[in-house]
Amino acid sequence: MSIRHGLLALLDQGPRYGYQLRSEFEARTGATWPLNVGQVYTTLGRLERDGLVEPSGEDDEGHVFYAVTEKGRAELRSWFGSPVSRDDPPRDELAIKLAMAVTVPGVDVREVVQAQRRHSIRALQDCTRLKARAMAEGAADSDGDLAWLLVLDQMIFRTEAEVRWLDHCESRLARHRPAAAAAPAATGPRAEPGPEPEPEPHGSFRRRGTRPRRA
Amino acid sequence: MTGNTGSGAAAPVLRLEDVSRVHGRGAAEVHALRGVDLEVHPGELVAVMGPSGSGKSTLLTLAGGLDTPTSGRVLVEGRPLGDLSRKRLAAVRRRAVGYVFQDYNLIPALTAAENISLPRELDGASARAARREALAALEELGLADLADRFPDEMSGGQQQRVAIARALIGDRRLVLADEPTGALDSTTGEAVLAVLRARCDAGAAAMMVTHEARHAAWADRVVFLRDGSVVDEAGAAPAESLLAGAARDGSGPVGR
Repeated sequence: MSIRHGLLALLDQGPRYGYQLRSEFEARTGATWPLNVGQVYTTLGRLERDGLVEPSGEDDEGHVFYAVTEKGRAELRSWFGSPVSRDDPPRDELAIKLAMAVTVPGVDVREVVQAQRRHSIRALQDCTRLKARAMAEGAADSDGDLAWLLVLDQMIFRTEAEVRWLDHCESRLARHRPAAAAAPAATGPRAEPGPEPEPEPHGSFRRRGTRPRRA
Repeated sequence: MTGNTGSGAAAPVLRLEDVSRVHGRGAAEVHALRGVDLEVHPGELVAVMGPSGSGKSTLLTLAGGLDTPTSGRVLVEGRPLGDLSRKRLAAVRRRAVGYVFQDYNLIPALTAAENISLPRELDGASARAARREALAALEELGLADLADRFPDEMSGGQQQRVAIARALIGDRRLVLADEPTGALDSTTGEAVLAVLRARCDAGAAAMMVTHEARHAAWADRVVFLRDGSVVDEAGAAPAESLLAGAARDGSGPVGR
């Protein structure tokens, strides 16, 4: 998991103690994923149990230093060497919300889309403001600041992708409307015989080939 | 006439009042814009987003006086463009408004400095004064080395930054940009936006049409157009969790 490997990567640069690890982790990632010291020590404990790090002395103030072991280095190299898995995408609340919104009568899906777009653009503006400031301060000059810029960029591109997807949803909805408008009858629990007016996108998962599709 | 009623810093540089534009008539009538109200103030960068055909480009051409509304008014620095004679309108277009297009539109036979100084010379500035201003503008954008290069000797990003310099030289306080980062890769496009942003922070007003959220996010306000109407707006109320988090961590790179 990322905290585990994040700590290994920091320790690879020399022995550190818990609090140091926490502040360096946050400096690299701009406090985007705050860590508490408890998490750091729990993780260090597991790393030690697995033989990936080992205690390496104390300073005068009683801080216990940890150092990466050879096995830990190997683990770190293998982490950098393998792609982050995308096979099992995390549940996405927005996707679930829209999937539900199009099937629940009386929900204004376009408003759901627009409210989300407004929010996402706002978040994008926030990230961009942070980035503009970091760039203006010549952040790319230090490695730690470069790391923070990369993390900001990641948030920006991810949010942008979300907005593009929302745009796409909107135009798909607009094209879909005639079918939906055909069934605005007084809706009891089962007034509509299920939402299946658009066979292609769903069908493409299971029933390939029933309808030859050529671009 | 003077248009300079005091130095009210808050007066909008661009103001659209209930602006509509209809193309064609009868059965072929197309409502490109429907009753749009919009203001752009000094120091403000406003992005306009919307799908193709939502009226983005129409909005921009009306704001720049390149087209006239079917109804409503467009005011640039307080002057209603519709009240101006052709000649005066041309003067406003030349002096008050700068345009940045997707394809740069630099004149190939002129160097960067000449491209930038051209509008000033058209305004009647002496060649020397215009060149001085152009060099200053290039310097400010970190492009001083490019002064004597021709467009085909510059990268796309460099050309676009030169185009922004040209759009802002002289007293121009309004920049209208149509997908200014269209043909650029992401880091170069970002550098162009950073320049535009910096010019707005220094007091210019700009309206930028884009369909990319990542670019629109450089703006103070994002206006959403649908079928010719403004349907929503994302404002600049600074920062939710992110800024708060950054402010908390005083030691971090964004602590200041």
